[in-house]
Amino acid sequence: MRVSLRSSLTAFALAGAMYAAAAPADLKFAYIDPLSGGAASAGILGQKHMQFFVDKINAAGGVNGEKITLLVYDSKVSPQETLIVLKKAIDEGARYVLQGNGSSVAHAITDAVLKHNERNPGEEVLYFNYAAVDPALTNEKCNFWHFRFDADADMKMAALADAIKKTPKIKKVYLINQDYSFGHAVSAAAKRMLKEKRPDIEIVGDEFHPLMKVQDFSPYVAKIKASGAQAVITGNWSNDMLLLIKAGKDAGLDVSWYTFYAGALGAPSAIGKDGVGVVKQVSEWHKNVAPTLDPDAAAYEKRFTQKEDDFAFWRIKTMWAMFVAAANKAKSNDPVKVALALEGMKMDTPLGPVEMRADNHQLLQPLYVSTMSDKVKYDVEDTGVGFMTDVKIDAEATRLPTVCKMDRPS
Amino acid sequence: MLELTLVSLLNGVVYGLLLFMLSSGLTLIWSMMGVLNFAHASVFMLGAYFSYQIGRWIGFWPALVIAPILCGLIGAAIERYGLRHVHKGGHSAEILFTFGLAYLIEEFVTMIWGRHPLSNPVPPAIDFSLFQIFGTEFPAYKGLMMLISVAMFVFLWLALKKTRIGLVIQAALTHPNAVAALGHNVPAVFVLVFALGSALAGLAGVIGGFAFLTQPSLANTVGPIVFVVVVLGGLGSLAGAFIASMLIGIVQTFAVAIDYSLLDLLQALDVGVSATSPLREFYSIKVAQAAPILPYLLLVIMLIVRPRGLLGTRDV
Repeated sequence: MRVSLRSSLTAFALAGAMYAAAAPADLKFAYIDPLSGGAASAGILGQKHMQFFVDKINAAGGVNGEKITLLVYDSKVSPQETLIVLKKAIDEGARYVLQGNGSSVAHAITDAVLKHNERNPGEEVLYFNYAAVDPALTNEKCNFWHFRFDADADMKMAALADAIKKTPKIKKVYLINQDYSFGHAVSAAAKRMLKEKRPDIEIVGDEFHPLMKVQDFSPYVAKIKASGAQAVITGNWSNDMLLLIKAGKDAGLDVSWYTFYAGALGAPSAIGKDGVGVVKQVSEWHKNVAPTLDPDAAAYEKRFTQKEDDFAFWRIKTMWAMFVAAANKAKSNDPVKVALALEGMKMDTPLGPVEMRADNHQLLQPLYVSTMSDKVKYDVEDTGVGFMTDVKIDAEATRLPTVCKMDRPS
Repeated sequence: MLELTLVSLLNGVVYGLLLFMLSSGLTLIWSMMGVLNFAHASVFMLGAYFSYQIGRWIGFWPALVIAPILCGLIGAAIERYGLRHVHKGGHSAEILFTFGLAYLIEEFVTMIWGRHPLSNPVPPAIDFSLFQIFGTEFPAYKGLMMLISVAMFVFLWLALKKTRIGLVIQAALTHPNAVAALGHNVPAVFVLVFALGSALAGLAGVIGGFAFLTQPSLANTVGPIVFVVVVLGGLGSLAGAFIASMLIGIVQTFAVAIDYSLLDLLQALDVGVSATSPLREFYSIKVAQAAPILPYLLLVIMLIVRPRGLLGTRDV
């Protein structure tokens, strides 16, 4: 009895100490992304980027006198799981939510945040989306509390189409995508935009295969080869992209691969030298966009030195810079005031001007289509291979029409 | 057309042999010990990682020998210190044990080699094109893979059917007490079988590391299809597993090349499907789109129609 009493007292004391430690008015950001399971590498990499910029802002004195605390939660890429941890995060005092992996998760968060804010005036929560690219999030499903810092799938596809437009030798294009919502969206956008930008191009294949079920892509490569395509556009990610490119290399297939996700998270390691000159990606940044590496990227890589810890998400840097600028402009860290300051905000970055669209809360930022190369100054994932810019598309040129109609707080 | 057919046939045979290479060890363990080894694909993954590491240190050819031996030793240890004790609890206990083991191995691999895929290129010794068929290259490592796969089949078949130890192994499955009474060390036989099955998985892993991606989810990627092969082929039948592998490989490969749907067939037969029919969505799925799901469809049909599999001797 005595023992249990003492241990429970200790527990109380500990809980008290923890509460005391968290008590000073910290500004809490909840980071919700996969930290376990197959997608964990993406979530953990994002977390490191977030922590780096939070620490940097805190070292400079915080925002409006408040230090930022990053609360970290595992989304397990499951909308249900995410709603539970989101509730927990809000209960623990988070006023900002950061998330990126999984558009299904993003839809769950944006709905839940909207409902929460309607029911709890004065305790509003803002949602910063740094990677979920479903165009619906800034169109049909847009709302005032969601801000997206990554280019959506349509904007990325438009950038790839721009790059193809500038490559006259491409006459036939093959589309191969995963058989689910994102894959179909990529295929539809590719057809629409190629028709608009290069009507002379013939689309010789529009293939869908089950998500993460194909072990051997050789039969698909045989079809691509038989079609005579010079370029393949694919929204595939992870295994489905890597095994496809691998099978192409095995069969000596001579095409350019236009991808969304070949630039990070182990893809360069797995593709290696096989991708030199043929694998292309669209991204908001790569290490060789400028002659010297950005100081933040360099400092980050000094702190996180593992092969898997490459600086990869430039948009997270932009996101924090814009948040700080908006909070300073609003002279407050209150989410509603920050959101109003963030809408329509323009900023100069080392890569050029960026703008947070007021009409749908989509960030316009420069996009790069780049090709894998072994003659680069800065390589990725210690592979000796990096990316070289083919085409840069300025922020303004990435603007697409939107159907977003949002209610603003009065 | 001829071009695509021939290339598809080749691809199908290659994929079939790859599947057999992956599943031979599992068939062996399942048929000779009655253990459904969920950790089989994990041992295969260990083989890929070991060969990567050993390849880095002393080269590919030694790795081709050492990695399977290491996997065999690990298999022996699993049987001796794990499965043997769990065995008393019956089949469910064994299955749960190997299921848990698969997770442990995945975590182990993640801790040592990280979450990202390793850069595991085909070693220069076998990185060349064996021949060309209609401009499509055939890489040498795939040739080596076919060779290993066929060698595994011949070796296992001879060992089980034509040698004394093979007879003892087969007898130990059904009549362990009688075999023990004749003076054979039955537990040692089981250790040997499990070690051999694991070594085969390891050998498959050496080549599989090039055909797939050397990453922690490798086991999950190949696990399901390997079970399909074994069940389809029939419990305890090496030849069945071989036929099932080839069947899956060729069917799936050709299915990918078929860009027609049920809807096209119905229309060709002049059967009208109304545009509002709820099944229209289903009918309009192209065969190519569903190709990688076909093996699982075969599995389900086989279990309903003929639970013992193609050449199996007893029901699942």
